[in-house]
Amino acid sequence: MKVSGKVWRYGDHVDTDVIIPARYLNIQDPVELAEHAMEDIDTTFAANVQPGDIVVAGKNFGCGSSREHAPLVIKQKGVACVVAESFARIFYRNAINIGLPVVELGEAVAGIEANHRLTVDLGQGIVTNETTGQAWTIKPLPAFVQELTSAGGLIAYVKEGGMA
Amino acid sequence: MGMTMTEKILARHAGVASVSAGDLIVSQVDLILGNDITTPPAIVEFNKIGRPVFNPEKIALVPDHFTPNKDIRSAQMAKTVKEFARKHKIKHYFEVGRMGIEHVLLPEVGLVAPGEVIIGADSHTCTYGALNAFATGIGSTDMGAAMVTGKTWFKVPSAIRVELTGKLPKYVTGKDVILTLIGMIGVEGARYQSIEFAGPGVAALSMTDRLTICNMAIEAGGKNGIFPMDEITAAYLKGRVERPFAAVEADGDAVYERTVKIDLSALEPVVAFPHLPENVRKVKEAGDVAIDQVVIGSCTNGRLEDLAQAAEIFAGRQVHERVRAIIIPGSQTVYMEAMEKGYIKTFIEAGCVVSTPTCGPCLGGYMGILAEGERAVSTTNRNFRGRMGHIDSEVYLSGPYVAAASAVCGRIAGPEEV
Repeated sequence: MKVSGKVWRYGDHVDTDVIIPARYLNIQDPVELAEHAMEDIDTTFAANVQPGDIVVAGKNFGCGSSREHAPLVIKQKGVACVVAESFARIFYRNAINIGLPVVELGEAVAGIEANHRLTVDLGQGIVTNETTGQAWTIKPLPAFVQELTSAGGLIAYVKEGGMA
Repeated sequence: MGMTMTEKILARHAGVASVSAGDLIVSQVDLILGNDITTPPAIVEFNKIGRPVFNPEKIALVPDHFTPNKDIRSAQMAKTVKEFARKHKIKHYFEVGRMGIEHVLLPEVGLVAPGEVIIGADSHTCTYGALNAFATGIGSTDMGAAMVTGKTWFKVPSAIRVELTGKLPKYVTGKDVILTLIGMIGVEGARYQSIEFAGPGVAALSMTDRLTICNMAIEAGGKNGIFPMDEITAAYLKGRVERPFAAVEADGDAVYERTVKIDLSALEPVVAFPHLPENVRKVKEAGDVAIDQVVIGSCTNGRLEDLAQAAEIFAGRQVHERVRAIIIPGSQTVYMEAMEKGYIKTFIEAGCVVSTPTCGPCLGGYMGILAEGERAVSTTNRNFRGRMGHIDSEVYLSGPYVAAASAVCGRIAGPEEV
């Protein structure tokens, strides 16, 4: 899988409360919920993000609550991939489970700025900053996680007889 | 190679002789938890699979976040959970009136035992490590899948050993221990890791202290926190857990990524400044921070011992005229016992308001939302931007002694200042 898009850039410790504030967690419709994506950190995001865009952040992205609403609203907005220096673990597993691509890039994220154009080739394990020409290789996901991802997420994996 | 407490529990539940950090495993689960926010999306995922629940006695549904229902949309969500519980004959469904804050309630009613694997669609599920269980937060899709399979996937975490010595001084509590630890290692200091508590200081910590400490393992990025089982654990379990269980001890040659040492006798009351739980300062070095609200309760500090500490400060004193003090017992049992011990009367006489159990204000739900520019001292677990209300409000985290003293003084204050 290869995606290419415009970068939305955020800093360290972006928590799930700012990704989707709890005051909206009484909304069950993902489309309506996603109108509030990133609202408490970036009021321009939900209205302007385009399908295929890429979110890039610093350390510990998605820390805090286990709310799956956080990766869900990012996916619902059409974000093709989240690239971070590191992820908080529940956000990371939720993203894998629902089929939102996530890439842990380490300190290399420092070379990526807002509005840069990024290409993420998950198959080849290469992230390329098309704006600066820099490229980085990423470690392949563990085999089990690749199975989940290629099945289309955890539910599809279980439907196919996984976890039996 | 020896195993940590966490590794032993995970190996047993994966049906293998041993596991080590980094292994990806499929584990049996002993209990699956969901609340009124996380269960409705889990039900959507569950229904996509189209198979029955694996065991209606191993699922606990606790509507506690926006209940008693704060608005129509929340009411619809709670109704969805209730109807699911009825349809699938879920044994441990807790309606308002029997409900408590999930992580206060489940240990209290005996749904947590040593050596068990508990997953919950709530990040503070890690609380149950206090009882020598492996417990961790997962998402709604995980919950939906596990309700069918009775299993989930884990990456076996590497471990941090926290070696405790000494005994806590007066007015210093489990909350000060965990905030101090988070201040030392940072909010991602234990990212993906298990925090394994050990050492002679463990015996000097009450079960309430241990539950508070494990509750905030996630605030250091941890996958779980876990204590060894001892006489205090056994005393807590007596009369609550009848089923057989198998506690775990760490092997002498278990592998830890690092060891952090804390001398409990050297700790002081602390407070975490906005907007991260790692911004920890000693209360005496907090400076003059005027406050508008105090919240005492939550899955972190909503137990009887916490309310006893607050009542000790409020007895014969008044809440400062500028402050709203909101007390939230963590369960109906805690509420009743606090009433019988006279704490509730003390709170009301001091000018506090006492609420039914709810997560309410902790996550900015209801029952104590902050306006622009307002500041709260709270015994909850997160002080992220906008967590308790307006994006430009502030939350300062502390234990019950400091929160109550701050309510009396109208500013951040230690228990010895009142």
